[in-house]
Amino acid sequence: MKVIEKTTLIGKRIAKLDAPEKASGKTRYVHDLDLPGQLYGRILRSPRVHARIRRIDVAKARALPGVHAVLTAADVPYQRPLGVGKDQLPLKGDKVRSRRDEIAAVAAETEEIAAAALALIEVDYEDLPPLTDPAEALKPGAPVIHDEKTAAPAPHESLKPGEPGDAEAHRHNVAMTFDYAQGDVAVGEAESDVIVDDWFRLHYVTHCCLGVSGIIAEFDSSGNLTLHSNTQVPFLHKREFAEILGMDPGRIRIIQPPIGGGFGSKLDIYPFEPICVFLAKATGRPVKLVFSREEEFVASPTRQPVLLRLRSGAKKDGTLTFRTCETLHDNGAYTSWGATTPFVMMQTISSLYRVPHCKYHTTAVYTNNPYAGSFRGYGNLQATFAVEQQMDKLAAALGLDPLEMRLRNAQDPGETTQQGMHFKTCGLKECLTTAAAASHWREQHLAAIAAQKTPGRFKRGVGMASMLHVGGGAKIYPSDGCGTILKLDDFAHITLMTGASEIGQGSETVLAQLVCEELGIPLDAVTVVNNDTDITPWDVGVHASRTTFIGGNSALGAARKAKVKILAAAAKVTGVPEAELELRSGHIVHAASGEAIMSLAKLLRSLHFSDKAELVMTTHYYEPPSQHQDKAFKGDVSAAYAWATQVVEVEVDTETGIVKLVKVTGAHDVGRVLNRLGIEGQIEGGIVMGQGYAITEELIVQDGVVRNPGFRDYKLVTAPEIPEMDIHFIETMDGEGPQGAKGVGEAPAICIAAATANAIANATGVRIYELPFTPEKVYRALHAASAAVEPT
Amino acid sequence: MSLKREIGFVLNGVRTRATVPVEMSALSMLRDVVGLTGTKYACGEGECGACTIIVDGVSACACLMFAVDCDERTLTTIEGLARDPLGEKLEQAFVDCGAVQCGFCTPGMVMQAKHWLEAHPHPTRDDICRGIEGNLCRCTGYVKIVDAIEQTARSGPGRT
Repeated sequence: MKVIEKTTLIGKRIAKLDAPEKASGKTRYVHDLDLPGQLYGRILRSPRVHARIRRIDVAKARALPGVHAVLTAADVPYQRPLGVGKDQLPLKGDKVRSRRDEIAAVAAETEEIAAAALALIEVDYEDLPPLTDPAEALKPGAPVIHDEKTAAPAPHESLKPGEPGDAEAHRHNVAMTFDYAQGDVAVGEAESDVIVDDWFRLHYVTHCCLGVSGIIAEFDSSGNLTLHSNTQVPFLHKREFAEILGMDPGRIRIIQPPIGGGFGSKLDIYPFEPICVFLAKATGRPVKLVFSREEEFVASPTRQPVLLRLRSGAKKDGTLTFRTCETLHDNGAYTSWGATTPFVMMQTISSLYRVPHCKYHTTAVYTNNPYAGSFRGYGNLQATFAVEQQMDKLAAALGLDPLEMRLRNAQDPGETTQQGMHFKTCGLKECLTTAAAASHWREQHLAAIAAQKTPGRFKRGVGMASMLHVGGGAKIYPSDGCGTILKLDDFAHITLMTGASEIGQGSETVLAQLVCEELGIPLDAVTVVNNDTDITPWDVGVHASRTTFIGGNSALGAARKAKVKILAAAAKVTGVPEAELELRSGHIVHAASGEAIMSLAKLLRSLHFSDKAELVMTTHYYEPPSQHQDKAFKGDVSAAYAWATQVVEVEVDTETGIVKLVKVTGAHDVGRVLNRLGIEGQIEGGIVMGQGYAITEELIVQDGVVRNPGFRDYKLVTAPEIPEMDIHFIETMDGEGPQGAKGVGEAPAICIAAATANAIANATGVRIYELPFTPEKVYRALHAASAAVEPT
Repeated sequence: MSLKREIGFVLNGVRTRATVPVEMSALSMLRDVVGLTGTKYACGEGECGACTIIVDGVSACACLMFAVDCDERTLTTIEGLARDPLGEKLEQAFVDCGAVQCGFCTPGMVMQAKHWLEAHPHPTRDDICRGIEGNLCRCTGYVKIVDAIEQTARSGPGRT
């Protein structure tokens, strides 16, 4: 008898299942799809920042040969407000509030004709005073951006009553406010031996997905709508589209072609999507609408710019005493997810370290600027930038090593924070010590301080930062669930139908791995179907680093059901008790000896010819053991939390201000490594995205106008600029995670800016409170007489 | 509407004729006239490299070339690497090394790597980084892309 050794896929370097198609150029993204009879949609956008629309004349555009439809707000009286804040219509009829606002849309036989038609549309505007500074927008007498006398729009289902959509608040340009408190800050202040108080300014960046936004909409003859869409939340968008279009959600099918980058940008619904549907409806033809790169820069969301004041205190021994944080979020003209990032920011303020007393307040303010959406890390980059700089400042004031300062305040496993977050696993201390040891932290840090005053053009320094982020789903919506259907065929091939979306991060491969591990089958025996709302079960979407954890647990549940069924059948057929059987390499084997008894394919085939086979399993992973935050933002938002420490080594050219990232040493508590190749890729990519945020990237918005809408002037990091990376995984084996894993997608981008700020301070003695660290900014800081010099 | 011209070129080893508007880019011709969609549009101004093709042995951004300038030339796109020994090795290395995430930059990256490895068969990692500095990737942080190109170079770049 053949003996089959026990093998495992967990922790191995597994190539992504979708990689061969992508590497050979065969993958069909939405841009690559064309439907028979398809027309091309284009949108006319406002050239004004803030203006009333006096008149729109589309007669000439309609008369152009090849034009099938020209639509303005007047043509779609049925349109409803969209997005998180429900504070904008897809097509604007009365007023424009930002440069990207949609005025009219064209469907034509070619893109060229559509573009020519746009040029023929005449619009008269009456300019209104622009408001592009959030502080100005709050002043009494400031122009009002949302001055409609219509009823307050219904807030998004995930938001608590009274926050957004408050008509009275809108009259003061306030989109949302957030308040959180724990303990008594006055007590904390009184106990403090040292207090630091700083302002931090965080800038605009944008996702820069290589694949630009696009959608194809088509109606069938019964009025059913099919969308080929890159959304990250297909099931939620069915309902959103239905509301905006006034149709039955059951008649909407969303097919997701492979997504050319997401990073949070596709979490909300944007005007171009329903506009494309309007065009398809008006013409009776499929309509494809794809952005240009310039449009992508102008009309897709940004990371939210934040002005943040943080005060922190500590006792002589380094124990933190209190924190207060006030932030002003530039919401832009409309409310998308960017306005809600305080949910995440306050967790870092209150719970990254033990802080007995905290007070947090955010005001998100309407301006005529681009509006902010969700972006990998979701506010945590901004909060961590401030918190981790102040940890260093407190350490310096107290004469403590920054590592020691952090270790004295770090969370431990088993703790429940005052905010209510329960850390069943927590590798923060291990992350700190591992990253410090691997980077020779103490020696490097001290050597850099000693060298600050010595002459020399190039200065080296190290900085560290840690982070806390959700790693077991996030209770943002009423459900955080994911469903799975698993089908076993008569050749032992498995089809895994999951609600969880692949966005390039490798979830498809990880889910397949988890199922194969459970059922003892090779990876090539699995097909993953994850892109069609008519086929796959419900899922809340790909965001919040949740897919491996939530989708993984759901897939694992289905595989376990299948395993029970297979082993029961195998016991019956072979006469060997179930407890003595195992599944290995596509065979039923004796667990003790590993001897193969029969092939899985043979067993499954025999079951297909029985009347009780039922070889389709369904499961869901619905309510992880966490709870929604209450109105005071207290509660456990995730079933597990991810932790990390990153140490950044920089070289600062004091004559040019150029900051070079030399090395990043990272230690990440990921629960457990499932696919080593995939998780390394997530972390490396996150580090470089963090590097861009820290040093090279800035969406320059002046007077409401994006001044650098192209890769020529918006500087992404390129290959020669990446740092050396030394990545360590801390495996805390989370009890709730699939095979012990926690989420990791957002974590690696979060610390880099904060750690870089600390490294620049370590190298030069000068601390910079504003991003990005461009040569000009760094040069000015180094050479300004008034530069705040770090006490060392 | 616009002035058109008929041109002829060798595309992935096949003699091809196409009638194209004079203002059309080579990228649009490949995607919309010829129907090969492996070459990607991501910026349209030669800044990202997603549309990299090889023209008479030199890598170029198809978005920056007029279609009419392809007349009488030899073009290779990602689809043409299916039968190219170095191309095949590169594609496999990209898969094995985890160099693919969303995949949108990948065809351009593979094309640039092929062109560049042919000229630099024994590169260091720094050389490779220089070789692909005109190609943007938002997902991977480039490490595994460099790994893939390095692995391909080490295995002998497809010379038989």
